Amino acid sequence: MVRMKWAAALAAAAMLGAPALAQDKPKELVVGIATFLSGPASVFGVPGKNAADLLIEELNAKGGVLGVPVKPVYVDEGAGTNQLLSEYRRVAQEQGAQVMFGAISSGSCNALAPVAEDLKVVNVMWDCGTQTIFEEGKWKYSVRTQAHAGAEMMSTLLYLMKAKPDFKTIAVVNQDYAWGRESWALFQAGLKALKPDVKVVAELFPKFGAPDFSTEITRLSALRPDVVLSTSWGGDLDTFVQQAAARGLLKQSTFVLPLAESSLERLGNVLPEGVIIGGRGDHYWLHPKHKNSPEMLSFVKKYKDKTGVYPIYPTFHMAQAVIGLAKAYEKAGQATGGKWPSKEQVIAAFEGLEFKSLTGTISIRSDHQGLEDQLLGTTKRVPDYPFAVYDKMALYPGKLVTTPLGEKSLEWFAKVKPELVTDTSIETFDYAK
Amino acid sequence: MPPEMLLLAALDGLAYGSLIFLVAVGLSLIFGVLGVLNVAHGSFYAIGAYVAAAGVLALTGMGLPPWLAFPFFIVAAVLVGVIVGGLVETLLLRRIYGKEEVLQLLVTFAVFMILEDAQKVVFGVQPYFANAPMNWLGTIEVFGIFYTQYQLILIPTVALLVLVGLRLFLRRTAFGRAIVAVTQDRDAATAMGIDATRVYLITFIIGASLAALGGALSSATTSLTPGIGSGMIVLSFAVAATAGLGRIEGAAVAALLIGLGRSVAVYFAPEFDVLIPYLIMVAVLLIKPEGLFTTVQTRKV
Repeated sequence: MVRMKWAAALAAAAMLGAPALAQDKPKELVVGIATFLSGPASVFGVPGKNAADLLIEELNAKGGVLGVPVKPVYVDEGAGTNQLLSEYRRVAQEQGAQVMFGAISSGSCNALAPVAEDLKVVNVMWDCGTQTIFEEGKWKYSVRTQAHAGAEMMSTLLYLMKAKPDFKTIAVVNQDYAWGRESWALFQAGLKALKPDVKVVAELFPKFGAPDFSTEITRLSALRPDVVLSTSWGGDLDTFVQQAAARGLLKQSTFVLPLAESSLERLGNVLPEGVIIGGRGDHYWLHPKHKNSPEMLSFVKKYKDKTGVYPIYPTFHMAQAVIGLAKAYEKAGQATGGKWPSKEQVIAAFEGLEFKSLTGTISIRSDHQGLEDQLLGTTKRVPDYPFAVYDKMALYPGKLVTTPLGEKSLEWFAKVKPELVTDTSIETFDYAK
Repeated sequence: MPPEMLLLAALDGLAYGSLIFLVAVGLSLIFGVLGVLNVAHGSFYAIGAYVAAAGVLALTGMGLPPWLAFPFFIVAAVLVGVIVGGLVETLLLRRIYGKEEVLQLLVTFAVFMILEDAQKVVFGVQPYFANAPMNWLGTIEVFGIFYTQYQLILIPTVALLVLVGLRLFLRRTAFGRAIVAVTQDRDAATAMGIDATRVYLITFIIGASLAALGGALSSATTSLTPGIGSGMIVLSFAVAATAGLGRIEGAAVAALLIGLGRSVAVYFAPEFDVLIPYLIMVAVLLIKPEGLFTTVQTRKV
């Protein structure tokens, strides 16, 4: 901590000593970060903020972005879209933010993209997943530093096909809002292409934030589908899993929970072995390839010291946004010969940018969509932790599972070929201590 | 669809309806006596749930047996009712009984917002649950399907006890009769020597404790997240309005209707699941604008 302050002070001193350079550079780079600080989605928003604080402090200790310290300003997404939009504008216009991170909810991202164009501010979509943003719109100032729902659902489908190739019936229990509906539409389109004989026995969309899933569970118990898919998250997922486990449903059907990585620690011993889980990307703090890298060890330790829990996927998404931003500024700075780049130069630098995240490599396509690998696994109970861990992991390359440039995900899903399931670029791993 | 499925749907609706009843009856009681539509009622539910969950986690953390959770639920509910409910009534509501209804709504709404943030400060935003009491009671099998005894037996039993208890309390005890008297005519009751201020306070505490008890009972089955209070307040408004504000037996019937309607919807038309409580409310209010159980002459409580 003290060391960091010294480093920051040194960086500041270095800037004072070089007036010619400092003239071109602002005193600080204000980054507005839209995240959920209230409401049910704060289960992602607050970890995202915690990670941002930690990562930006670290970045500043190393000299910030091109020697300029980064100052985060937070905007609460939970206050509703209107409030978010006016706060976003205020931070960009009155607090002089050159970069905005927005946001977690796809609804927020859809609303913010045109505002970012209007304000001419670099907008890094740091967590939202809807694939339609860059498939149906073209945004000059917005960029996404992670995968989209298409890649997440495709890899989930491929994993299920590999892990349980002969399932005949499936039921879905998703939250009744954009993500729950959209993710099922994608999954179903791919399922029809890969396994047209599978019967969908129930499509249930309980209310967002529902406190009780008894009826859904009774219905599933009676139907006994081979597979139960739920893309729910947060409290909804915890409640559903908890109630389903208490009534023996988790042992009856194979559960597929593509967002369960973010609930593993909380669910503790509730989640049995054999549940298929994912975490919206390749990030996992026990990532089979990167869990022992110095960056990962340091991040996990700092995060756990600060918050008392292990990092979950939104913290990795935040890391990708922060690292991506720093790298884009570096790249833009090289192009301008060390001068402070304009916002247009920064956003141009994002195109074709490749950078290392904590768990892999992210590359940004010309449509500003990020390519990110996808990690899925099956739960296993081990004596090392009081909660389930990933086993039988499969790592899907981002390029393999992301809708090709210029195509629409739903159409691409409808024509996916079974060869994809066994593609040789998919790496597999088992749990190792 | 086989007929036993209808029974299964009814069983699910029973547990859910019972929980809503506990919260809605408190809301209804407070409205009946104080004439205030208390939005902060949702906070009592949420705080009751959080306190119960925190207590159960602490109990099990200390290695104590999970059945201790059940007496603790009651203690937690009464504590929340007396401390939080009591403070809200004496410090705030007492000053606005004579004021316009809009102002009363705004004040209780403000209290709700403040308590919502207070929960976040105290309990954080990560969902947490304490399911030990539910698992301790185990499951029973009905037509080959497992139900938790907690949801199928315990919660409906508690709701029934509360319903019968409240009825007896209001009709058979002196203080209960005083409550009814104040409801019917405050001035006359005061003239007869009833301490109306005390009646208001105690009614409010009872109502708040019932909401907190609902929350405490729900804490074993569901994850607690920021915003659980608002979901519950909307539903219990629907129940109270359907029943007729101030009607206790009405609240039980309406809660059951909504619980059953909801679970039947999940079987036949899952799309309508969210809509059902409000459809029932609209249907009832169209036919009987004062609610199911209000007639002009009957007592309000």
